[in-house]
Amino acid sequence: MTTLEIRDLHVTVETDTEEKVILRGVDLTINSGETHAIMGPNGSGKSTLAYAVAGHPKYTVTSGTITLDGEDVLAMGVDERAQAGLFLAMQYPVEVPGVTVSNFLRTAKTSIDGEAPKLRTWVKDMKGAMEALRMDASFAERNVNEGFSGGEKKRHEILQMELLQPKIAVLDETDSGLDVDALKVVAEGVNRVKENTGLGVMLITHYTRILRYINPDHVHVFVNGRVAESGGPELADRLENEGYDRYLQAAAV
Amino acid sequence: MTLLTDKPTTHVDPQSTVGAAPEESRAARLTSFEVSDFPVPNGREEEWRFTPVDRLGGVFADEADDIRGDDTNGIDHPADYDVSGVLDLMGPSLAPGQAPRGTVLVPGDRGAVVASAHTPEALYLTLEAEKEYAEPLRVNVHGNGAGRLSSAHYVVEAGHHSKGLLILDHTGSADHRGNLEVIVGEGADLTVVTLQRWEDDAVHLGQHDAQVGRDATYKHISVSLGGSIVRVNSNVRYDGPGGDATLLGVYFADAGQHLEHRSFVDHNTPHTQSLVTYKGALQGDGAHTVWVGDVLIRKEAEGIDTYELNRNLVLTDGARADSIPNLEIETGEIAGAGHASSTGRFDDEQLFYLMSRGIDETNARRLVVRGFFADIIAKIGVPEVVDTLMAAIEEELATDMAATA
Repeated sequence: MTTLEIRDLHVTVETDTEEKVILRGVDLTINSGETHAIMGPNGSGKSTLAYAVAGHPKYTVTSGTITLDGEDVLAMGVDERAQAGLFLAMQYPVEVPGVTVSNFLRTAKTSIDGEAPKLRTWVKDMKGAMEALRMDASFAERNVNEGFSGGEKKRHEILQMELLQPKIAVLDETDSGLDVDALKVVAEGVNRVKENTGLGVMLITHYTRILRYINPDHVHVFVNGRVAESGGPELADRLENEGYDRYLQAAAV
Repeated sequence: MTLLTDKPTTHVDPQSTVGAAPEESRAARLTSFEVSDFPVPNGREEEWRFTPVDRLGGVFADEADDIRGDDTNGIDHPADYDVSGVLDLMGPSLAPGQAPRGTVLVPGDRGAVVASAHTPEALYLTLEAEKEYAEPLRVNVHGNGAGRLSSAHYVVEAGHHSKGLLILDHTGSADHRGNLEVIVGEGADLTVVTLQRWEDDAVHLGQHDAQVGRDATYKHISVSLGGSIVRVNSNVRYDGPGGDATLLGVYFADAGQHLEHRSFVDHNTPHTQSLVTYKGALQGDGAHTVWVGDVLIRKEAEGIDTYELNRNLVLTDGARADSIPNLEIETGEIAGAGHASSTGRFDDEQLFYLMSRGIDETNARRLVVRGFFADIIAKIGVPEVVDTLMAAIEEELATDMAATA
C-alpha cells in the first residue's frame, strides 16, 4: 500500500519575465489502487501539478509538501522520484533522436530496478506489452518519439508505465488528441496495469470522455490553482452537463 | 552563420546573412605551389576568418622541419611514422613536381603550400589494380613535441577496381602540416580515415584532395578529437561520370579547442554523386568548431546528385559552432542538390524526459550524445574506427561529467 500525499502545495513557474504563481494550496491524497480524476478548465494548473510532482526544473515549489509513504519527494531528484515509484505520462513527450525505444526502455528499466532485466523475460514482457497496446513490433527499433503520431506517443507513454511498474502514475491529459479507438486502447492499458499492480492513478483531463473507460474513484475540480470541489464519479457527470462555468464565475467574484 | 549558445538556436540560412557583394566562384580560388603566392594570413581573409591565425605562426613558417640530433647521437624527427600493412605498397618517394605528386593536389592555402614546399620526399602508396585489401592500410603519425615543425605529403593511388581502407592516425604533439593526395582509379573503392587524436597542445593543418575516377567510390572520414587547433580541408573532384564521393566528419571540441573542417566538392563531370555529412559536439568554455561546406556544380555537370549536412550539439555554455554551407549551381539539369545546417543546445526537456524514467543525469546525457552521433556512426561503417570513436566520445563525456560534478 502506497500513499502519495500533497499538502498545501504552492508552485510558481519561471517565464521569460516573471515568476508566475500557478498553484495556490493544493491538497490531495492518492492511495494504491485508487484513481483520482483531476478536471478543470485550461490554465487552472492541472499540468503544473503533474510537473511539480515529477520535479520539472522550470517549476518551483514555494511552500507545502509532497510525500510518498512519508518520504520527502521534494528532496528527490527527477530520477530518484521515478526510482521511488512515481511516473508521469507526459502530454507532449519529446523526441530523442538516435535512441531506439528498445534501448530507452531497457535503460529506464535498469535504472528503476537497479539491475539489468533478465534478457529472456524482458523481451517477452516488452513484446507482450506492445501487443496489448496494439503496437507493431517494428516500433521498438524506432527512435524515441521521432515521427510518432499523437496516438503513438501516448501509447508509448503507457507502454513505459506498463513496463516500469510505478506505484503512483500521473497521466497528464493522456486522452487529448486521441480518436476513440486509440483512447480505448490506452484506457485498457491503464486498467490492465491497475489490475495487475494496484497502481494509484492521478488522471488529469480536460474532458469527461476518458472517464467512460477508466472509472474514477474520486473526482476533483481544479480551478485557479487549487481544488475547488471534490466528489465521487457523479461529479464528473455533473461537469459533463454543466461545464466549468459555475466554478469560473465563482472564482471571478 | 554564427550561433552563440545564449541566443535562440533557430536556423538562419547563412546565405541570407551574406553581404551584398557576392563572393567570387569557388572555382576561382587561388591554387599554387609558390609559397610567396600565399602570404601568412592575418585572419581577415574569407577562408581564415574563423581560424585563430594568431596562434598559428609556427605552422605557417616557410621553414624546414625541426629535425634535431645528428648521425652519431641519432636523428630526432618532429614526428615518427609507423606504417603497417602498407610496406608492399610503398613506391619510391616522390619529390615535388614528380608525378603523380602534384597532379591532383595543388596547395590552396598557406598551410598546404608550406607543407608541400618542405616535404622533399612524399610517401607514395599504390593499391594494385583489381586487388582487394582485406586489412586496413595504416600510417600512424606521432608528433614528438609541441611546437616542433613537421611537414608531410602522402600520395595514394588506388589502381582501377581495387578496394582498400587507409587509416591515417595522428597522435602526440607537433606543429604539423600534412597534405594528402588521392587518385581513385576507375571503378576503385577507397576509404580514407584521418584520425586527429593529438595531445592538447598540437596544431594541425591538412589539405586532403582526391580525384575520383569513372564509376569509382571514395569515402573520406575525418575524426577530430584532440589538438589545440585542427583544420582539415577535404576536397574532391571527378575524373569521369559515375563517381561517388562521401565526405564524413565527426568532431568533439573541449574547452579552448578549435576544430575546423572544410570541404569542397567540385562536380566537374556529369552523373556524379556526393554526400557530405559532418556532425560535432562541443563542451566547455571557448570550444569552437567550424564547418564550411562548398559544393560547386559546374555547367557541364548534368545529372549530378549532391547533399550536404552539418549538425552541431552544444553541450555547455561558452562554446561556439560556426556552420556554413555554400552551394553554387551553374546548371539546372541535375538530379538533386540540397544542404542543411543546424546548431542546437543540449535539450533540457530531453534530459527531464529521460530522468523522469529513472535514468540518472550522466546516463541521460550519454544517451542523448550517443543518439546524436548514431546515424553518422552507422554511415562510417568501419568497425575499427567506430570503436575508437565511441570510446573517445565516452571519455570526453566522462571528463565533462567529472568537471561539472
